[in-house]
This record gives sequence, structure tokens and C-alpha cells, in this order.
Amino acid sequence: MAQNGTSVSIQDLSLSFGVVTVLQTLNLDVAEGEFIVLLGPSGCGKSTLLNCIAGLLDVSEGSIFIKGKNVTWEEPKDRGIGMVFQSYALYPQMTVEKNLSFGLRVAGTPKDEIAKRIARAAEILQIEPLLQRKPAALSGGQRQRVAIGRALVRDVDVFLFDEPLSNLDAKLRAELRVEIKLLHRKLQNTMIYVTHDQIEAMTLADRIAVMKGGVIQQLDAPQTIYNRPVNRFVAGFLGSPAMNFIEGQAETGASAAFKTGTVSIPLDRYAFDAAGNSSGPCVFGIRPEHVALGEAANAMPFAIDAAVEIVEPMGSDTLVWTKLGGQNFSFRVEAEKTLRNGEPIRIGFDPARASLFDSQSGNRM
Amino acid sequence: MTAGQITAIQPLQEAPHQAGVAPFGPKPRRISAGRIGIYAFLVVAALFFLIPVYIMIVTSLKGMPEIRLGHLFNLPGEPTFQPWADAWLHACTGRDCNGLSPGFYNSVKITLPSVIISIICASINGYALTFWPYKGANLLFGLLVFGAFVPYQVVIYPLIIGLSSVGLFASLPGIIIVHTIFGMPILTLLFRNFYAAIPVELFKAARVDGAGFWRIFFYIMLPMSVPITVVAVILQVTGIWNDFLFGIVFAGRSNWPMTVQLNNIVNTTTGVREYNVNMAATILTAAVPLLIYFISGRWFVRGIAAGAVKG
Repeated sequence: MAQNGTSVSIQDLSLSFGVVTVLQTLNLDVAEGEFIVLLGPSGCGKSTLLNCIAGLLDVSEGSIFIKGKNVTWEEPKDRGIGMVFQSYALYPQMTVEKNLSFGLRVAGTPKDEIAKRIARAAEILQIEPLLQRKPAALSGGQRQRVAIGRALVRDVDVFLFDEPLSNLDAKLRAELRVEIKLLHRKLQNTMIYVTHDQIEAMTLADRIAVMKGGVIQQLDAPQTIYNRPVNRFVAGFLGSPAMNFIEGQAETGASAAFKTGTVSIPLDRYAFDAAGNSSGPCVFGIRPEHVALGEAANAMPFAIDAAVEIVEPMGSDTLVWTKLGGQNFSFRVEAEKTLRNGEPIRIGFDPARASLFDSQSGNRM
Repeated sequence: MTAGQITAIQPLQEAPHQAGVAPFGPKPRRISAGRIGIYAFLVVAALFFLIPVYIMIVTSLKGMPEIRLGHLFNLPGEPTFQPWADAWLHACTGRDCNGLSPGFYNSVKITLPSVIISIICASINGYALTFWPYKGANLLFGLLVFGAFVPYQVVIYPLIIGLSSVGLFASLPGIIIVHTIFGMPILTLLFRNFYAAIPVELFKAARVDGAGFWRIFFYIMLPMSVPITVVAVILQVTGIWNDFLFGIVFAGRSNWPMTVQLNNIVNTTTGVREYNVNMAATILTAAVPLLIYFISGRWFVRGIAAGAVKG
């Protein structure tokens, strides 16, 4: 990937509507050609941030740079951005061709240049047979492709996607997800993509920015965010089925351990965060897929006896619920494993793969 | 697949053949007491409203001697269109005996520009209020809607003073301005609600594409506004055509609309009361709004459904 220099730079950006603060002194640097996903629950400010970058919302404080140019108060059209919306937002009374060319016609681009660019976009997106149709005569996937094409023809530096796949059914979503990834590889543009779908985020992103309450909680590569979440919110938001959280106490000393009830999990293999504290009330988090069962469990640094409570077959694998230290605990097994309710089992995991969060602050320890 | 599963599936496969044979429960009845009641009510209501229309039509086709006989419901013995011609061309108001036709042309001169100007203003208002919210936009909109509930009579005197101070009282532009102003609250409400139902992302996409205030309005919003515009046209044409109060106050003698002329013909105190001419004149005056309703009834319903209520 051509990562030379910064494409989009957001500096100390704040936005409030009256007394409600939506974005709080937010900083974000997006490298040239990078695919950044803004991920978060509804109302976390991710769409708002995207609208600010697009110039559709006036910011309260701070500045936005695109390609080194301060565009904080520029019109959307002068920012070198193209935007794709969740509801496609195609102009209903125009044909696909007119939809694609609208921005160019507004800019007064010569006719032959418009035709050339439309032909190229239509070829890339494979929508040539649809050019003379009205949006109403297109399927959802085709509409979204046209919407992407509208950004494509304008030859923009930065693509902004606002939950572009949320209106599509699951199968089409998976297809278009791949197409967007291919498109990014082909065009090498900077892309900023807003979603609440963690699978889209994990699969598409070079880096994910997990947002909550108008603040970026963590900005990192997908694997880092998944394996080393900086706080309990990020840990719980990513991953399906969700990470197990067990309340308890961390004890330091000769043998650091996490204690809950009668259970003691050794923490000598756990890499404590240098900045965080390493004792006190905390939450122990471990992902269901990092838990081993039976013989494999005994090979793990920590293993314990438990009993099956509920079995949830999910097709590709099966989620098993049990109790650890009196608290709900789930883990994944292969779909072929047949477990009965109440069956005694042995489970184990490597505490090095776990995450410890301070009970008070929720931050990683 | 086991044998048990196959036998379990078989009845389902045969089901289509048996579909008409074994339905459960009582057969749904097409004619119920409720239905009869509804239709009876509708027929009575239709008769109730149509009888005056019938009387108007038959009376307008009778000669005066036949009317004096007093058989209100009888069909005309010797149908004549003379009362219609008289109403249009010769009926007298005071000393002028030109019939209704000058009033008709006056009404057209008043209605046409009023409708066009008020709808242009209201659609821009609705668009701006929806997509370009500014400080105090909601307050302004609230005041505008409040304006819809102010009784006309309250503002007539201030309007007379205002218009005469700028020399527009009792003139064609004056009455057009008055109609435009009074159409504004309801029309703005109509258009704002219609635009509010359009996804704001469409507007955002157009802004990203570089379109400004007017281009978005003319290229994106206006082509989508056909249904609500039809509703607005119907509301305004019928409202302005049927107006009497503003016409008599603000239009000035030479511009009196058809409704005022009709009133002067019907309420004339000199000579014989020509019921047949009066009836013909009334039908002629009501013809324009009626025609509008007949032609656009379908559109009217569609527009109401598309914008006014849903918003």
C-alpha cells in the first residue's frame, strides 16, 4: 500500500449541538491510501465525525486537513471527497448515467471527459448495462454500486462510506464487502468507513478506530484491537460471541494471580500494561475461542473442572455455557462435539491470551 | 432421509389438490348487516347533497313562467339555455349588464398569478426550512403555522392600511399579494412536511456533488415535488377562486372576481328576481373548482398520502 504522508488529519476536533457534546477534542491521522474503519455503537459520534470530514456539519472547534490543506471551512465539493450513504441517496428522477454525471456537470466538466469517466467507473463497478435505468429499477446491491460510482467518477482523494452495507441483506452484504475491498486495492484511495458491524470492520480495515461517547477509544490494526483491547468497552464490543468477563481480584506478589471465589488463575504469563496498575478489583476477560476443552485443557497453563449448563449449536461451531467461579462463562467447541447438559467437563486456557481490566476505570491492566 | 420423514412430508405435497375441499369455519359473507348500513348511509348522504344540485340544474333550464308554477322537482317542460347565456353575458349588476363573464376573466387574472407565486414561494420556504436550517428556523416555522389559525377578518383592516400606503390597495397586484400571503402558512406546512419525508442523505449527496441551494432545489427537489405541487395547486385554485371576502375588499371595483359578480347578480334589488339566471350563474361560478376536483381527484388523494399526512 502506498503509505506516504498523511491524507486526512483531524486535530482537536470538537462538536456540540447546544449542550450535547458529540465529539470531544478528537485527533485522528489517516495515512495516504489507508482504509480506516470508524466502529462503534449507535450514537457514538462516528457518523457525525464522517459528516464533519465531508463538510456537511460545521465543527465547533478544531481543524480538518485533507492532503495537507486546511479544509475546516471549505465546501464539501472543494475537499476532494466522495461519499457513499446507507440509503444510497441516488437522485430518483435521474437515470444511472445522470446520477453518475451530476457532480461533474455541476463542476462544468467537458462532455467527452464526463463520458470517459463514466465509462471507466461503469467498467470498474460492472454497471454498464444499467446506465439508462432509473434507480427505482435497480436492486439494492446495484444501487449501492451506482452510489460508489458517483464518488468514483469525481476522481476524489478520499472516499467516505457511511454504513453503506447496512440496508442490504446478509448475503449481498458479504459480496459487496469483498467488492469494496477489491476496489480499495485497485484504486489505492484513502477510505474512511463508518459501520457498527464488527465483521465489516475486521475484514476491511487497515486500522480500526473504536468510538464511544464522541471519543476514539482505541485506534489500531484489527488484530491488535481484537487481542489487546485497551478497555472493557472495546473488549466487549468486538468479538461474537462476546468475550467472557469475570469479576474478581488481582493479587500481586511472588505469584501474581486473579482470584474469584475459590478459583485462582495464575497471572505470571500475563503481560501487564506498563501504564496500568496490577492489583485490586478487576475484570478478567477471555474470548470463548481461546478456551480449550478436555485433553487440550490439561495442556493449558490453567485448567479447571466445570459442568455444562447450556449448549448452543451455531452450525459452524457450538457455544457452550458453563460457570467459572460462579459466573457465566462461555466457550467454543467444534460443531461435531456432542455435549449434554450437566455433563462434567474440564476447561482450560492460557492467561497470556486474556485481558485484565480495572473494575473502576475499565482500562486494561 | 428415513421412511418416517417421507410419510410426514406427503400430506403437504398433496395439499394443493385438496385446497378447495376442506376449508374451516363459516364462509365469509360478502353482504353483512354492517355493509348494508354503510351503503344505506352513503346513498342517503349522496341524495341529501345532490338534491340541491338537481334543483339548481333543472331550474336553470326552465323559463320564468314555468318556475312561477312552483313545481320545484319537475323536469323542465321546455328546456332552454337562454338563462345560461343571460347569466354569462347579460345579467345586470346595478347599471352594468355584461353578465358574469368580466368576473370570470377577473378571477382568472387573480387566481393564476396568485397560485403560481404562492406555490413558488411556499416550495422554496419548505425546502429551506427542511434542508438549510438556520438559527430561529423552527421559531419562524412555528409562527408561520400559527398564522394558519389567525382569522382573516382580524388582519383585513391593517392590510388595507398597509396596502394603501404603498399604493396597491384596490388593484390587481394588491389582491394577488393578499392571496399569496394568506396561502403561505398552509402551503409552507404542506411543502415542509413533504420535504421532511425525503431522506436527508439525498440532500447531502447533492452537496458533496457540489450543488448549491438553487441547483439542489431545481434539479433534485423540484422534480420530486410533483404530487405535493398538484395538491397545492388544487388547494390554491379552489381557495382563491371561491374567495369572496378578499376579492370584494382588496381587488377594487374593476377587478372584482366572479364570486363578487355572482353575489351582485343574485342579490340585485331592482327588477324581477330571475331564478333561472341566478341558478345558471351559480353553477358557472362553481364550475371551475368542480372541474379541478374531477380532473385531479386521483392526484389529490395521492398527494395527500405522499406528503401532507405522512410528514
